[in-house]
Amino acid sequence: MPAFLDVVGTLVWKDLLSESRTKDVLSTGVAFALLVLVMLNFAIDLGAENVEAVAPGVLWVSFIFAGTLGIGHAFAAERDRGTFEGLLLAPIDRGAIYLAKVATNVALMGIVELVSLPIFAVLYNVSPAWLQTLSAMALGTIGFSAVGTLVAAIAANTRARELMLPLLLFPLEVPVVIASVKATAAAMGAAEADSLPWLQLLVGFDVMLVAASFLVFEYVVEE
Amino acid sequence: MKIGPLAVATLAAMAAALYAALLYAPTERVQGDVQRIFYIHVPMAWNAYLAFFVVFVCSVVYLWRRGLWWDSLARASAEVGLVFTTLVLITGSLWARPIWGTWWSWDARLTTSLILWFIYVGYLLLRGSVADERRAARYAAVVGIVGFVDVPIIHQSVVWWRALHPEPVVLAPGGPAMPPSMLLSLAVSIVAFTLLYVWLVRLRLQTELARTEIRELRRALAEATA
Amino acid sequence: MVRAAPSGLDRLAPDGSSGSAPPIEARGLRVTFGDQAVLRGLDLVVGAGTRLAVLGPNGSGKTTLIRALGGLLRPTGGRILIEGQAYSSGGAAIRRSIGLVSHQGYLYPELTVWENLRFYAKLYRVPEWEDRAREVLKRMGLYQRRAERAASLSRGMAQRLTLARALLHDPSILLLDEPDTGLDARAFATLEALLREVERTVVLTTHDLDHALRLADEIAVLHGGHLVDRVPSAHLDPTALRDRYAAATLPRGEPAEV
Repeated sequence: MPAFLDVVGTLVWKDLLSESRTKDVLSTGVAFALLVLVMLNFAIDLGAENVEAVAPGVLWVSFIFAGTLGIGHAFAAERDRGTFEGLLLAPIDRGAIYLAKVATNVALMGIVELVSLPIFAVLYNVSPAWLQTLSAMALGTIGFSAVGTLVAAIAANTRARELMLPLLLFPLEVPVVIASVKATAAAMGAAEADSLPWLQLLVGFDVMLVAASFLVFEYVVEE
Repeated sequence: MKIGPLAVATLAAMAAALYAALLYAPTERVQGDVQRIFYIHVPMAWNAYLAFFVVFVCSVVYLWRRGLWWDSLARASAEVGLVFTTLVLITGSLWARPIWGTWWSWDARLTTSLILWFIYVGYLLLRGSVADERRAARYAAVVGIVGFVDVPIIHQSVVWWRALHPEPVVLAPGGPAMPPSMLLSLAVSIVAFTLLYVWLVRLRLQTELARTEIRELRRALAEATA
Repeated sequence: MVRAAPSGLDRLAPDGSSGSAPPIEARGLRVTFGDQAVLRGLDLVVGAGTRLAVLGPNGSGKTTLIRALGGLLRPTGGRILIEGQAYSSGGAAIRRSIGLVSHQGYLYPELTVWENLRFYAKLYRVPEWEDRAREVLKRMGLYQRRAERAASLSRGMAQRLTLARALLHDPSILLLDEPDTGLDARAFATLEALLREVERTVVLTTHDLDHALRLADEIAVLHGGHLVDRVPSAHLDPTALRDRYAAATLPRGEPAEV
């Protein structure tokens, strides 16, 4: 098992080092997330009376759109440069590739979210319970990345992959989105404690989605 | 096209189902004749789920045994299932309008059906957008498995999201709440629509297998002549 | 996920007797893409220490053959045994014994030369990887440039790094798809020396008949989805090879590309 984790660590190291040089995902991710926040502000004409009901959804729409861009990039970049074959050639477990991509995406999406959250709080004039909000973000991001990594690996090999990715991904993400938005809404509203059941539910979803995707990932990448 | 015994049985059962739904079943006291759409709506919904369950099973077997027959069956079933789901959404909407006063409600079962529709639209589009047939089959199988496993999770999350939803009528605890004549009509309808499902899938599967055979022959020909 | 450990049965020679299996054995190998059959029941056995060059016109399936042997492509039919084991049962163990060079270098352009090797050394669990990486880089004349990004390398330099990457884990089998691409005379001489000095089983493809004679001790021609002509290169001089190649690829009516 340490060997397995070692390989996962090496793969994550490689992806984060690449990203630290190019900043492709982080720069576009943050810009895109903020852009969505601004656009949605115009679209829904936010007022003081509906902010608690609407703001959590807005936040998650921006996270998920930005996350979809990033997760698509993870496999598209490997495919375009032909390096994915290099990974398949290596004597490593396919599951390690899956877990490494999930971990990388959680890290990158997490950074985008941490940058966007304070700006969101200012723009939408909300002051959430931070612990619950951050927990919801962490758990929601793991669930999103679990399915997203699997679907992105599939979409990378299709025609018009940037269209296939959201089409396949969003319906499967419904449970994660619902639980994340509900947990965040509770954290932003009067009843902070109400976020706990949704957070517990998210933990359950995360475990199920990671396990299911991990098991079938091998069939996606076999050549 | 040859009319086989399955086609005859399907047509006969459909005729019986129409008779049962429109004439035999009593008019529902509260909803009136509108309720008769129930005998079409519910059997189709059951068959849509059956279709996607078949997709799931075929996907698992395909990944295990790699027979393209299983893949073809999965595809045929997904297509028929998607048609049924579309009709379920439409008939549900038609039924909801006079009864609930709205075309659509975000209740758990409607929402799950809609998400299901999106998943299998994606499933079929995915098949079309991968050039290599074996790769397409592999990807489709993965989506067929993950999509189906996701269904109960989606349903449950929507239930918790919208805490209001009508109790199931047939499977309610303490026995069905329907008069026996309604239940009989429903049963006849379910049999008829299940036969329809099997018949359609078989037709679709035959087309698909013929196409595979043509492809194999063409390939063998190319191999022999080159 | 976890591959089955190599069992005794997998190691049996094809005739059922136990004995040391050839490093590379392909039987009835068929690969089709859509309606197009690229390999049509190809048989190939490469004995230990043999260096085989596969020649063939464009589109004859050389790359497909290398990819299939490397486990990057699941054959439509037939079977491939690497040291007596199939990819489906051998898994990681047989992948570790293979070094593969393809048209794609499997290099990350934004990582440095050194970082690229570090990455692959960790994936292949190369012991004392720093010493080994230094050694192969020096050999390929890239050590001075180890801190440069792979993106900044010229085509020939990138090819050298690709070769270094493939040799890094000291594989017993090398699969080289046009390894001479972009190499200058000196780098080619290094490649030649590298292939000759350590006993490895090698299957390589090239378009250059002279290169084939220098790198390999057996030469085969891939044509029409089969290996049609296989001879020891010691028996050949460039003119003889040219004639044989032209003859082998003639039936299809295409001019030999040399």
